[in-house]
Amino acid sequence: MATTAHTAADGGHKAPFPPFQKDTFASQLVSLLVAFVALYLIVSRIALPRVGKTIEDRQAAIEGDLAAAQKLKDESDNALKAYESELAAARSRAQAIGAETREKLNAASEAERKALEDKLSVKLAEAEKTIASTRETAMSNVRGIAAEAATAIVQRLTGVAPDGKAVASAVDASLKG
Amino acid sequence: MAADPIHQFEITKLFTIGHIGGQEIAFTNSSAYMFLSVAVISLLMLGTGRQLIPGRMQSVAELSYEFVASTIRSTAGSEGMKFFPLIFSLFMFIMISNFIGIIPYTFTVSSHLIVTVALALVVFFTVLFYGLYKNGLKFFKIFVPSGVPIAILPLVMFIEVLSFFLRPVSHSVRLFANMLAGHIALKVFASFIGMLGALGFLGWAGAVLPLGLTMALTALELLVAFLQAYVFAILTCIYLNDALHPGH
Repeated sequence: MATTAHTAADGGHKAPFPPFQKDTFASQLVSLLVAFVALYLIVSRIALPRVGKTIEDRQAAIEGDLAAAQKLKDESDNALKAYESELAAARSRAQAIGAETREKLNAASEAERKALEDKLSVKLAEAEKTIASTRETAMSNVRGIAAEAATAIVQRLTGVAPDGKAVASAVDASLKG
Repeated sequence: MAADPIHQFEITKLFTIGHIGGQEIAFTNSSAYMFLSVAVISLLMLGTGRQLIPGRMQSVAELSYEFVASTIRSTAGSEGMKFFPLIFSLFMFIMISNFIGIIPYTFTVSSHLIVTVALALVVFFTVLFYGLYKNGLKFFKIFVPSGVPIAILPLVMFIEVLSFFLRPVSHSVRLFANMLAGHIALKVFASFIGMLGALGFLGWAGAVLPLGLTMALTALELLVAFLQAYVFAILTCIYLNDALHPGH
């Protein structure tokens, strides 16, 4: 190796090349043994379990948070669904109540109307009866007046009071005709 | 001294710990940087918060965790997660020590072959022993690719066995050579700046070029520091995949 020759030329009596100085090997091996075994023990007993646990904990925390978020989302979804179904139920109930009320009111107003109509028709019938009797009365009055008038006319024309019966039948006949 | 591109790789003894079989065991600058890397990794992985929403440092820690974990899962399957601590340690140790090594005047741990060889052998023996333990003799199926004509099977097996035993070599030399070459190139270009700067005004003007190159190389070395750690880790995963699922 060129560098070795260079060093040898420089130092003359110096050992050729540090990495090949055999008298340093034992010291290095002992140091390496102690250092590496110490490192191995630190790494395997403390460092790796510690860092591994930290990473695992983080993974678990993330997964836990995600699961919790999913759970909350499900809960809110369920709440929304419950709210919607409740709302629909309330709406249909309100409609039912409305329809029922409307029906009840309709029935009541119908009944009232009927009662009123009945009352009115009774009144109407009464009124008709009154009218009929009044007319009858009036008609009988007309007969009396007509008979009287006929008697008076006949008396004036003939000077003789006619027979009441004949006048009555004549009036009846003309009234009918 | 400043112009010597090899100086940065020198091992200097800080103090002696003891002797094993007549061989002195010293606490060196390399040891210091090894422990510094371990400390930085520990600080990164343990010193950060555990918030639900991570801060910057916590993000870095979690990104490294998930990066290595996904690398293992995609190359060795979920059974490969058994080796998560090992691969994570290798990846972070190489990457952090490489990053520290880019800072001027520091030392790069993986620029020494003995370190990378040791790490590669850890992987090699893990694969070998775990493969034999888990699969028994079926483990040797990795040397017998299916669908190969019987005539050339011995040759293929020879190549497979050879490549299996050469794995730690390529595994370690790749990391070592990359770090060594990168740091030498960086040091050479950086020393040009000083040498040209000493020549007066014209030298100052000329030094702009190596300065730009040094900056570009530093950026490249940052990439290489990460990339070599990643390559080391992903090769480890691929080798472990053999141990987990022998037979091509």
